[in-house]
Amino acid sequence: MDEELNNPKYEIPPEIQHQVAITTVDKIYNWSRRNSLWPMMFGLACCAVEMIGAAASRYDFSRFGMEVMRASPRQADVMIVSGTVTKKMIPTIVRLYNQMGEPKYVVAMGVCASSGGPFKEGYSVVPGVDRFIPVDVYIPGCPPTPQALLYGLMALQEKIDQQSIQTVRWYKKGDSSPIPIPVLGPDLMDPRDFDLIKRRAQENLQMEEQVSPTNIEEADSHVG
Amino acid sequence: MLVKTSSDGIKDLLSRYGDSLLADTRPGFGGYFIKTEQLVPFCRSLRDEAGYDYLSSVTGVDNFPEDQMEVVYHFYKTIGGPAFVLKVQASRHETVIPSLTPLYPGVEFQECEAWDLLGIRFEGHPDLRRILMWEGFEGFPLRKDWREPFFEDENKPFKSRWPDGHVLRTEEENPYKNNVQYPAAFDPDQWIPAGDAALYEGLLSLTKEGQSDFKTDHIVVNLGPQHPSTHGVFRMVVALEGETVLSLKPVMGYLHRNHEKIGERNTFVQNMPFTDRLDYISSMSNNFGYALAVEKLMDVHPPERAEYIRVIMAELTRFLSHIFSIGFLLNDLGAFFTPALYAIEERELILDIFEAASGSRMMCNYFRFGGVVRDLPDGVLGKIKDLVIDRLPRKLDEFERYLTKNDIVRVRCEGVGVLKIEEAIGLSAAGPVLRASGVPYDVRKADPYSIYDRFDFDVAYGLHGDIYDRYLVRVEEMRQSLRILKQALRDIPGGAVMNGKPQYQVRVPAGEAYGRVEGPKGELGFYVISNGKPNPWRYHVRAPSFINLTSLSTMAKNQKIADVVALLGSIDIVLGEVDR
Repeated sequence: MDEELNNPKYEIPPEIQHQVAITTVDKIYNWSRRNSLWPMMFGLACCAVEMIGAAASRYDFSRFGMEVMRASPRQADVMIVSGTVTKKMIPTIVRLYNQMGEPKYVVAMGVCASSGGPFKEGYSVVPGVDRFIPVDVYIPGCPPTPQALLYGLMALQEKIDQQSIQTVRWYKKGDSSPIPIPVLGPDLMDPRDFDLIKRRAQENLQMEEQVSPTNIEEADSHVG
Repeated sequence: MLVKTSSDGIKDLLSRYGDSLLADTRPGFGGYFIKTEQLVPFCRSLRDEAGYDYLSSVTGVDNFPEDQMEVVYHFYKTIGGPAFVLKVQASRHETVIPSLTPLYPGVEFQECEAWDLLGIRFEGHPDLRRILMWEGFEGFPLRKDWREPFFEDENKPFKSRWPDGHVLRTEEENPYKNNVQYPAAFDPDQWIPAGDAALYEGLLSLTKEGQSDFKTDHIVVNLGPQHPSTHGVFRMVVALEGETVLSLKPVMGYLHRNHEKIGERNTFVQNMPFTDRLDYISSMSNNFGYALAVEKLMDVHPPERAEYIRVIMAELTRFLSHIFSIGFLLNDLGAFFTPALYAIEERELILDIFEAASGSRMMCNYFRFGGVVRDLPDGVLGKIKDLVIDRLPRKLDEFERYLTKNDIVRVRCEGVGVLKIEEAIGLSAAGPVLRASGVPYDVRKADPYSIYDRFDFDVAYGLHGDIYDRYLVRVEEMRQSLRILKQALRDIPGGAVMNGKPQYQVRVPAGEAYGRVEGPKGELGFYVISNGKPNPWRYHVRAPSFINLTSLSTMAKNQKIADVVALLGSIDIVLGEVDR
């Protein structure tokens, strides 16, 4: 990476070769960002323990510039969703995501965060955090080993390398709109789905009226 | 509350309450039914006269075919001995049962849980709220006629995920393409979230008692659910006067993964990997408890070698869990991450052994009914010996040299968060929390399971019940674990590790069983009811972390807010087990 960074394909006069480096804005910008990815200190479940393991001496992800875990979303670059996302927790997660400053990335660590995993069918589990917030890297495993987490974070670094300052969303004109925060109702409610919920609830009501015994009797009497 | 007990106290009691008691004679079941109105007086006599001072577990059972709801209590004596099982029955439609909180304050959260998941209303409970789900959630999920949004079939294994050669996904079945369902004619615009109003109201009503003459404002502070000191997604709501905690309420459920509902759909063997994910730091102990409960029902006994392997794994787990928790207690005291790094170094070495034995670092899924899934590979016993005889004692000494007499540790921990002995028993605290308060109660000694009666070890206990004693108890328990490990490694025989052929589908006769082990966090119990079918009818976990939290507000009262963080660290909760 470093050699590539310093090789812009411009000719540098020999007398200043050791004092001047020429590179592109994208490269230097991405290089500095990818090597200081600060994760948010935010453990959800079992995977969080492996995340701690990845931070500790044997695996040590500070070798890749990720050692600074921040408890505040304002100071974090990447949110590692490490564990099962429950319906009770998702409003907080969305709020935390909204509070993170751009550029921000999300890593879904483990099958629970990716798709609900072994707990998917349960009544209180969100089947994947990507139903609410955009995910950049999915890491399979239950829980993924620290090596897998490192590999996932390196995949994220590769993604950052390919971004260009001209096209990234956080330098686009206009306000970025926060993700609407889900509401805890009789079940989890996504504000973007309110119309659908209303429509389906009406349909359910009609179906119930159709099959209820009084209606069947009425229908019979009409026929008779 | 330590009362003198006569050996025939329970017999007196049974004859005195003869009219309202009825022995449970269903085959495979035990214990007594009691009439609802006699429950409280009988339990008072049970506690004060017969010496059953420790109410370990309270849970509900939905007897859907008989249209009845049942509440099952497991009482123990803190001086040791088997359980006394008491049951109460009520109608499924209007389930009201008197609360036992005045007698055994430790049932507070367990009764909340039964209300939350089964809809059993406990009359006289001081703060009956939904504890795992949120206020306003529709329905009681553990009832047998309640179906979750992604419902596929009553029982596993499902007939086919590929009907007519097409993959069937639950998302496509659900009209919302998501894991949700709403009542008919529900209008989301009219919905007002219940929020935390009831919680804050309950909290501030507690603070009004001891107001001083000074006019100060009480402020309510939320620690969590996203907070670096809560060891996961746990929330403490604290009412403060200055820096002093007036009252505290733990709020949980942020990791509620419907362990029990899934467990009742799964076959018996399918539940084993789910138990790993309860207390994810000590998965081997969880396997142990569940295997014991089902083995009781099946009446099988593992071969000798398997028993030794089980004990070795359980004690390594205890060491791992305790060293991890001490590392993170220091984190909470402000020694950020350095002591934890020392702990994690040892943890990695133990995880290597688990990985060699079971194939996975954390989620071992190693135990089976009647043994363990496979024998230890070559060389692993040698590795364990090296660790147990040489490295771990040395590292433990090093740990102690840094911490035990460290001034800062002592100033922060001594006399902080005291739980008195009678409070600890009443609040059903378990494990190091109970023992640090002066009760030498360890299931391995009090009600020996597996082969623990063969080993020579002591029960560590403290006298002061403060954070420092909990730390010392954990250190001493690690030493005792090493002692057990040395004996087990010396005596381990050869032979088979599994009783009979390994089976995917075990036959479990009808009946109930309560299997309990002394896990690293405390008494871990599994209450399993089988009706002879391939799936358990009721599957309940007595989670020590969850019940130990009942005592958090007692300990935190009148402490400083900074100490609450250390206090939580000293209880050593794991959220997977708290919320299940």
